[in-house]
Amino acid sequence: MLQVENLTVYYKTIRGYVRALEGATFTIADGEIMGLAGESGCGKTTLGHSLIYLRPPMNYIGGRVVLDGQELPIWDMEKMQEFRYRHVSLIPQYAMNALNPTRKIGRMIAELLESRGMNYDEVLPELKRRLDLVQLSHDVLKMYPIELSGGMKQRTVMVVSTLLNPSLLIADEITSALDVSTQKAVCEMLVEFRDRGFVKSTIIITHDISILYQIADSILVMYAGQLSEKAPTETIFQDARHPYTRMLIGSLPKVGVRYQEERLLGIPGSPPQLLNPPEGCRFRDRCPVAFDRCTEVPPFREISPGHSVACWRAF
Amino acid sequence: MLSLERVTKVYRLGAFGLQKLIAVRDVSFEIGEREIVSLIGESGSGKSTIGKLILRLTPITSGMIRFEGTDVSTLSGPSLKEYYRRVQGVFQDPFASFNPIFKADRVFRMVRDEFYPQVGMREWNEKVEGALRAVGLNPPDVLNKFPHQLSGGQLQRFLVARALLLDIRLLIADEIISMLDASTRVDVLNLLADLKARGLSILFITHDLSLGYYISDRAVILYRGRIAEMGPTEKVYHRPLHPYTEMLMESVPRLDRKWEEEVRMEREGGLAGPTGDGCVYAARCPKVMDICTREEPELKEAEAGHFVACWAK
Repeated sequence: MLQVENLTVYYKTIRGYVRALEGATFTIADGEIMGLAGESGCGKTTLGHSLIYLRPPMNYIGGRVVLDGQELPIWDMEKMQEFRYRHVSLIPQYAMNALNPTRKIGRMIAELLESRGMNYDEVLPELKRRLDLVQLSHDVLKMYPIELSGGMKQRTVMVVSTLLNPSLLIADEITSALDVSTQKAVCEMLVEFRDRGFVKSTIIITHDISILYQIADSILVMYAGQLSEKAPTETIFQDARHPYTRMLIGSLPKVGVRYQEERLLGIPGSPPQLLNPPEGCRFRDRCPVAFDRCTEVPPFREISPGHSVACWRAF
Repeated sequence: MLSLERVTKVYRLGAFGLQKLIAVRDVSFEIGEREIVSLIGESGSGKSTIGKLILRLTPITSGMIRFEGTDVSTLSGPSLKEYYRRVQGVFQDPFASFNPIFKADRVFRMVRDEFYPQVGMREWNEKVEGALRAVGLNPPDVLNKFPHQLSGGQLQRFLVARALLLDIRLLIADEIISMLDASTRVDVLNLLADLKARGLSILFITHDLSLGYYISDRAVILYRGRIAEMGPTEKVYHRPLHPYTEMLMESVPRLDRKWEEEVRMEREGGLAGPTGDGCVYAARCPKVMDICTREEPELKEAEAGHFVACWAK
């Protein structure tokens, strides 16, 4: 189980702090696949990366991250090394290019395991079982990355990232560069890994909400560095309480909707810049139901079990 | 209005151009007056190449593209300029379309210098403001700014406004939505619908099925340089005839239904382009038959206006 409390991370620039992540508080249960959604610049990648690899220009400002009852020293790059890969693992955005081109896959995995004080030969049987599971031949271990197709590399990276059964897996935009058939296969692997207990909690960072609708148990929506809403997937789609979530979902074209019959609306305006963001709710300039109270930051509060929202109108 | 007749494009690769890559082969379709046609395909399907061929950004290898009856490849000098007055393109990355050193509205001045040097400055400025309003921008908000001061959605509208300054009849919109944020995407889509209402035709090139459904009258599904299926949008989406289209409709993450539990496993296929022998989809097709690997299926009309290239149909 992952508990994040008041996590605040800024980017240091010459002109001051860019407030990319402000007071994030949420939990992810064991076995939960949480989608982290939002538009570009909303802080979703900052949040995901700060849980495993918080490095400059990211600056830890405050907050706690507790994984399975143990606090993660996310502010300390060196101490985090003990947790990385073993307990918290990441599938990077361009996973297909994440493999060292000068090493055979097997050797690369052996070196990775050695760096964590583990023996390749001991892990090998399990590694082979997992390759079978994702329908990769054991021969890939003797191949160089260049010999594999894009889809095969993607699967290899996914097997390697989850080999030590991390408690938390962070998947950063892993589907965005893939063709639809591969995209679906990758998503189903994430679910399979969870079902088999290879990972406990999963965070899927993506701008593509339709992917989350397919596989996520819950969705956390962010806007301009603040958490807007977290709820079970169905609730986000059927009964969202934050105006931003509603407008965002409402603006998405779906098969079955044509402009002649139902003209969808976007959200007028653009997000505030985060160097000197306005006080209070950062969505308020674009919000159709904003009122006086919105100049105060709304707390991210649970309004029903598993459903939290940061909006004065929702309380 | 625009018709493609057995259009083929072969790129030559390698040090001496010895390797061939057939990006588009024997593609024929038409775009009618006031029609939005979406050209849908995954990466490597040749959809952007078709857009470039229509805009004459790359020469055609064989076949013919006609615009209002004239073979586009014969145009040069004044007649080519006349063509660009009628046909314009907008592309995926709005930031790459502008020179970051200059203010964004320089693109309008360049249109005037090139096409309308006789128009007075005052009249021109009015025309620019009219075009900006037509794309839903407030002129004082966006004029006299550098590209980095504007959002992706604003820049994309800028480019559409630039096209509107000419007497365009056909807009080639190549993935113009994909780099925009979700909350502003649909506004640019609606803009395309408004342009159609003003009499324009649009070729909407996309990989996103739901966008194509929302906006287009007809859909053309490409697979590795070949048309797999085309027809009225609703027919192609609700009653796909080609196994590839079926696979697309099943695997694309949609908001109106969840993936089915039972996955129809697609076979792993090679990545080579069309070879000329057999159907390009045969290597991955779950319904493959003997003939599929020997002979290539022609695009045939299965029902009124709905074409498919598949032996199984």
